[in-house]
Amino acid sequence: MALSAARIGRRRAANVVFVGFCFLVTALALAALALILGSLLAQGVGGLSLNAFTMSTPAAGSPGGLINAIVGSIMMCTLAMIIAVAIGVLAGTWLSEYAGDSSYGSVVRFLNDVLLSAPSILVGLFVYEILVAPFHGFSGFAGSVALALLAVPVITRTTEDVLKLQPTSLRESAVALGTPFWRVVQNVLWRAASSGIVTGALLAFARISGETAPLLFTALNNQFFNWNMTKPMANLPVVIFQFALTPYPDLNKLAWAGALIIAVSVLAVTIIARVVSRNSEPS
Amino acid sequence: MTDTAPEPLAPDSVEAVDRAITPGSDNSIIQIEPSQTKIDIRDVDFYYGKGQALKGVSMSIARQAVTALIGPSGCGKSTLLRTLNRMYGLYPGHRASGSILFDGEDILGPRVNLSLLRARIGMVFQKPTPFPMSIYDNVAFGVRLYENLSRSDMNDRVEDSLRRAALWEEVKDKLPTSGLGLSGGQQQRLCVARCIAVRPEVLLLDEPTSALDPISSARLEETITQLKSDYTIVIVTHNLGQAARLSDYTAFMYLGELVEYGETGAIFTRPVTRRASDYITGRFG
Repeated sequence: MALSAARIGRRRAANVVFVGFCFLVTALALAALALILGSLLAQGVGGLSLNAFTMSTPAAGSPGGLINAIVGSIMMCTLAMIIAVAIGVLAGTWLSEYAGDSSYGSVVRFLNDVLLSAPSILVGLFVYEILVAPFHGFSGFAGSVALALLAVPVITRTTEDVLKLQPTSLRESAVALGTPFWRVVQNVLWRAASSGIVTGALLAFARISGETAPLLFTALNNQFFNWNMTKPMANLPVVIFQFALTPYPDLNKLAWAGALIIAVSVLAVTIIARVVSRNSEPS
Repeated sequence: MTDTAPEPLAPDSVEAVDRAITPGSDNSIIQIEPSQTKIDIRDVDFYYGKGQALKGVSMSIARQAVTALIGPSGCGKSTLLRTLNRMYGLYPGHRASGSILFDGEDILGPRVNLSLLRARIGMVFQKPTPFPMSIYDNVAFGVRLYENLSRSDMNDRVEDSLRRAALWEEVKDKLPTSGLGLSGGQQQRLCVARCIAVRPEVLLLDEPTSALDPISSARLEETITQLKSDYTIVIVTHNLGQAARLSDYTAFMYLGELVEYGETGAIFTRPVTRRASDYITGRFG
């Protein structure tokens, strides 16, 4: 059946409309992103001074910086990511490789999805109940645990997904060499899925690095520089939250600088991890 | 690809159809001498869940020879191959009954160490599956599981395996580069090298050339021919010319049953059963 000229014309028109619409929507989304990044840069760069990286958070009117919050955030996020990667990768591996269609597996998978969309403030309250209230004190550890709880479901889910994408033939050919299955997982599957697993961990890191609510209930804040994770710990999100709400312009400025630091760090970590995983992964 | 087989479809195959004997007759399935038998398959049934894929298959496989399994799609030849290293054990619901004696030991028994069994019975799959690591590590991977070789011994083993797989000359200068960067045919020969590096006694080949171009296929066939003096090889193939060229014995399967089994020359020139004869002459399949 030959196509009539009118029908071809209609298809062309529909195509133009559809592609145009996609283009427009993409432009809208990117414009929002550009606006956020633009204002962050414009406002945040002013607050970035040597003081910001050498002095602790000030009282209003006195000079100060963000070093206590930066170090606190790095320590808590690092510990949280160590906990979350260990649990998340193992849980995702279990779900993908060992759980099969078992009902226990389905329950774990379902609960993980629930946790994935749990409001972070609930996670904060939960950790408050089990780690802050019983010990009568806010602490950096409690903050790390709360952040880890938010990161675990993301990593579990992406790990399971990328492992399931690995072809059956890869598993079978490793098994056919006489490889015990745990070695197949460690030496073949994780390696083959490494870039996906790294992506999952990065998503989780990006998610927790800006979380404020869970930290309000766990690590709280600390005006002073502190290496001790059993004590309340300063961190960028809570400092931004508090300084942004004050009427003092110098504190507002530091809040903008803190926001810029988080955004740039997430970007930097993402780029570094991508480069590393690309170089270690055979092309 | 040049067909070097001695006329697999000989003119007298038409006559053969006329004097075909019904399946199950005494001379349709040969017995290998017990002293020459590497694997003795006895009355094996196989089930994928409820579906039965193998029905009472009994055949003995000769040592240091190539045995080809042929037959139309779905006839159970790959299933039979995968029972020989119990690959089906990865999947719940797949089960086999009967017995398969490997040098006298029943590998379908419950106490078999599957990892050791699979180290003794290597397998190469339809699609090349190099591991995401260097060419060297691909070959050394299986060896490291079972042997502690010194660096120089390992180098020798890797070189020897790659030479036997007819890949050494092409990769000797890029051993540290990824196995995923090789062409499809090279990847498949890498998989053969990886397999024989473990020094198995048996090689199971599941349509090893079906994803390869004719030149790569021909090279792999040469490799298989060279390997046959040291290994017991079982190959599943849809390519009848390949079965005729490579194998010493050929088994024809249909609907989960072994229909005819004999010396390759005999099967391709004077098939005993009508089914085998029809398949080989291209009347169905």
